[in-house]
Amino acid sequence: MRFLPAGDLALSVELGDDISVDVNTRVRALEFLIGQKALRGVVETVPSYRALLVYYDPGVVGYDALCAALGGLAEQAGATAMPPAREVELPCCYGGELGPDLAGAARRLDLSPDELVRLHAGAEYLVYFIGFTPGLPYMTGAPERLTIARLDTPRVKVPAGSVGIGGTQCCVYSVESPGGFWLLGRTPLRLYDPGAPEPILLRPGDRVRFRRIDRPEFDDIAARVAAGEFQPVIR
Amino acid sequence: MIRVLDPGPQTTVQDAGRRGQLRYGIPPSGPVDARSFTLANRLVDNADGEAALEFTLIGPRLRVEAPCTAAVTGAAAPVTVNDAPAPAWTTLTLAAGDVLRIGPARAGVRGYVAFAGGIDVPPVLGSRATYLRGRLGGLEGRALRRDDVLRLGPASPAPRRAVRPDAIPDWQESPALRVVLGPQADRFTDEGIAAFLGGVYEVLPQSDRMGARLQGPRIAHARGHDIISDGVALGAVQVPGDGQPIVLLVDRQSTGGYTKIATVCSFDIPRVGQAKPGQRIRFSAIDVREAQRLSRAAAADIANVELQEIAS
Repeated sequence: MRFLPAGDLALSVELGDDISVDVNTRVRALEFLIGQKALRGVVETVPSYRALLVYYDPGVVGYDALCAALGGLAEQAGATAMPPAREVELPCCYGGELGPDLAGAARRLDLSPDELVRLHAGAEYLVYFIGFTPGLPYMTGAPERLTIARLDTPRVKVPAGSVGIGGTQCCVYSVESPGGFWLLGRTPLRLYDPGAPEPILLRPGDRVRFRRIDRPEFDDIAARVAAGEFQPVIR
Repeated sequence: MIRVLDPGPQTTVQDAGRRGQLRYGIPPSGPVDARSFTLANRLVDNADGEAALEFTLIGPRLRVEAPCTAAVTGAAAPVTVNDAPAPAWTTLTLAAGDVLRIGPARAGVRGYVAFAGGIDVPPVLGSRATYLRGRLGGLEGRALRRDDVLRLGPASPAPRRAVRPDAIPDWQESPALRVVLGPQADRFTDEGIAAFLGGVYEVLPQSDRMGARLQGPRIAHARGHDIISDGVALGAVQVPGDGQPIVLLVDRQSTGGYTKIATVCSFDIPRVGQAKPGQRIRFSAIDVREAQRLSRAAAADIANVELQEIAS
């Protein structure tokens, strides 16, 4: 465990050196415990793969005292400390114009497009954290068979909702942005909707599954999402 | 009610900022220069975090549709009421039909216009601050446009007061900005850290509310410029592969995968945000305990800024 200052208002707690479910689970458990104990002076927290950034008020608690308190809590931070994860289903229309890299990725992985979709949609993904752009999940969980180097030339514009793979990761673009992942398909759900009462769909720790849908169902769900009439499946 | 006759290049509604949303990838937003913003609110007797306007380089032209009090702070820019010069850092008493105009900044980049009662836009996720890239909060998630109408919250007339001249910053001065080294200072060579602390960096025009891009002596990495993505604090000095630093501000990305050599202290963030393109910046390192002592002193200082009463 390492404590690193991030200026006068924040510090980073590093709980490991790698990207793993175990380390990330402890990061999220530490965040959960901070909230549960209402740790004095803590303003907000940002989990990532292996670190928790803790924003605090130095008028209430100093760096050394906060490190000591966090060190104590981190000892107790394990999987058992947290409430059960949510399971979220993301409908996804694979291939065609919504998934322009499906055929190319399949060739690269020596699979048929259909096998690739079956493997991708058959897996369960863990949301390690949300970051970079509003609502964007950092996820892994795909079978090793789907590990693939990122695109040689990243796209300048990737449409929101695009579902991509790169390295061992899976990503759903939450807003239109540049991106270097292979785009397998698109979800009609909005991971970030600034007009909605709850703009963010996914949370750190969620378990995500993709459900393969066809184009007519994509269009139907997209229309219901736009009308505010679609209820995502969350268990 | 306020009518926007000319918004200027980028004027947004900002309050103290959105808390607790960084874990969902939503930055706090709010004023880049929180001190000037707070003083504008004090001058019109608002709570410190009440919603006000932040303009960029050139101020807006606004017509007030009912009597109100206002104040302009931040960047040094000419203020007029019905074309007659009016003081900045001072409570202004406006009548229905008055036109308040703020011209181009002579020094500094961001100015604040507060109205008694605050700008009444609906809070989103607990805040009225505008997050432009996310189209969230403020007025429909965007910068002001010509003919926008802003409603004000209820207010009683504020006494006329002014910020003492010695409490008004001179934005043309370029004192060294205080940083705490880390979180990833160990990913740079000694020469890289020496270049960062000894060099002079120029602010680039591509700077915005997300971050100030700087150009100067190259900062050399020790073991590559990528890290396992982690949280990005206010003031984080991110150094990508080209060795040129970016100081991340209020609309920053919540997490990122570049090394961060140091973090600019909160009390020097206004200086970063007020440095014009071409203006020079230097950095000096202090330890985290000294930073926190100065942080508490800065909070006490702004709490104690005396406003002078002005006879009307």
